[in-house]
Amino acid sequence: MSDKVHAPKSIHDARKEYLRRLTADILRDRWLYMLLIPGFLYFVVFKYLPMWGIVISFQNYVPYSGIAGSEWLGLQWFAYFFQFPSWTRYLKNTLLLSFMNLIFYFPAPIILALMLNEMRSLRYKKILQTFLYVPHFISIVIVVSITMILFGPTGIIFKLTENLLGTQINYLGSPTAFRWMIIGQSIWKETGWGTIIFLAALTNVDTQLYEAAMVDGAGRFRRLWHITLPAIRSTIVLMLILRMGSMLDTGHDHLILMANSLNRSTSQTLDVFVYQQGLQEGQFSYASAIGLMKSVVSIILVVSSNKIAHALGESGLY
Amino acid sequence: MNKNVKKSSEANGKKKISMGSSGAVGQGNTLAGRFFDVFNYVFLSLVALTTIAPFIYIIGASFATELELAQRPLLIIPHDISFNAYEYIFSTNKIVSGFKNSIFITVAGTLINLFFTVTMAYAISKPRLRGRNFVLNMVIFSMFFGGGMIPSYIVVANMLNMKNTFWSVLLPGAISAYNMMIVKNFFQGIPQELEESASMDGCTDIGVLWKIVLPLSLPVLATFGLFYAVGHWNAYFGAMIYMPGAREKWPLQVLLREIIILSNATVADSSVLDPEFVQPPEQSVKMAVIVVSTIPIMCVYPFLQKYFVKGVMVGALKG
Repeated sequence: MSDKVHAPKSIHDARKEYLRRLTADILRDRWLYMLLIPGFLYFVVFKYLPMWGIVISFQNYVPYSGIAGSEWLGLQWFAYFFQFPSWTRYLKNTLLLSFMNLIFYFPAPIILALMLNEMRSLRYKKILQTFLYVPHFISIVIVVSITMILFGPTGIIFKLTENLLGTQINYLGSPTAFRWMIIGQSIWKETGWGTIIFLAALTNVDTQLYEAAMVDGAGRFRRLWHITLPAIRSTIVLMLILRMGSMLDTGHDHLILMANSLNRSTSQTLDVFVYQQGLQEGQFSYASAIGLMKSVVSIILVVSSNKIAHALGESGLY
Repeated sequence: MNKNVKKSSEANGKKKISMGSSGAVGQGNTLAGRFFDVFNYVFLSLVALTTIAPFIYIIGASFATELELAQRPLLIIPHDISFNAYEYIFSTNKIVSGFKNSIFITVAGTLINLFFTVTMAYAISKPRLRGRNFVLNMVIFSMFFGGGMIPSYIVVANMLNMKNTFWSVLLPGAISAYNMMIVKNFFQGIPQELEESASMDGCTDIGVLWKIVLPLSLPVLATFGLFYAVGHWNAYFGAMIYMPGAREKWPLQVLLREIIILSNATVADSSVLDPEFVQPPEQSVKMAVIVVSTIPIMCVYPFLQKYFVKGVMVGALKG
């Protein structure tokens, strides 16, 4: 208030006043700035330095010479990738796995949450939930290890299907089985945990709606269709947008564990390509260029699906 | 004051949950409704069973002899209980040291996580802080866009020279932007009067954080500490790419990958086989290794489940 009354006379005075207040504020909050330093440095070094490191996608990066000393190539790596005859295979494997995820893995927690919501016994529901959340806390290495033991040629499931069907199914080494195994593992690991967010949305449903619907003679399935599902619609849309953003992410840490020389034709996605070219072959620039392409497409997908959600009257992600 | 608010909201939540489900269930007096109930119970029970059945089988089979495993592949409880597999893995230094490394990485990593997360969250929870919006935008942008796997690797391995050190697995994930924002929102919800009275008594901001804010935030810290800890215990990728030349520092998950996944001789590339494991270990040994590395999680899980669920709910409501 008093600042406005004694308005500074010149720009010079105004700047002086501003600087005086800035230093006073900074001095007052000096301990807060000290608290901020570790986190700030973390983001600069581990988040923003790598973003700057993206420039190697336009270089022929040699670790010995560093980013400053490496030769500039422009868009050559991108052109190189599209000249490479099997680039369509990487794209196809990525998109197919993503679509299968969308069709089988995405709806699973919604269905499970709706079924849990229909449970009469709350105590039994709690017990079931305790079991259903367990796999989320299991390391992907252990999930794949268990899979290999159960589905391997001496495993219990391999033997079971051999006895039942009379033929041996090569679960771990066949290209056709690969995608189903990945989807199956993802569903097994994350479906139970994924229900939490939908169950949370379901607790906000006004119970009077159900009572009114019951008075009007609506059966269980009509109530589910007209009350329960609309209640979680915006959560579903939100999850769908997030899913869109990771359409090109197939989960390298999962895939490289299941990939082997026999299922190469289906297991090589863009993620696996980046890992193999970059970290195994040491082609840092090439791999980084493909990774960059992936992140740009992901951002475009998130932004456009968010726009679509807005157009459909949903609040979306932001 | 804060306690009261919390209590009433909790009571509200409970009421809503119980009312919600009784309303949703209603009276299933029709035949179809009753049939659906039976189906629902049976189906969900089966789903729950499939989540734990693999573990039960693995635990049972890890105590079986190799001979019995070959003769009765469908066994759940072995006739001859043998501890050979466990004796073997505890006699080799490899697994024991992997276990120690995993514990070290989990404890040290979680402490680092909490330190970085809490200090930064507290600083940017104060709207009066100059430059706060800049830092906030910086954090939010990093949630949508990142350098990617390769540039991050170059920063850690080539620029910071952290290869083959524990720092390479402890520092790169020191803050989860998402968790930090939730902790920040929690700090913002703590009544200002409490902190102001403390700073009038001559406490610095660090003193207020330590003496007033942290004691009030213990449940939140426990929740995120647990998320971070589980993440560290289960992580393998960082250790695998950053510490390839330091076997003595490998955590259990990297060893597991080598022992079980790479040595799965029928499918794996023979070129990637580790010379120390050319002879694939016995099936029961593999299972025992899985049991040993899963037990810590399984032991703490039942007690901590509600914290985990709460953590997701907090994120879901605020985000």
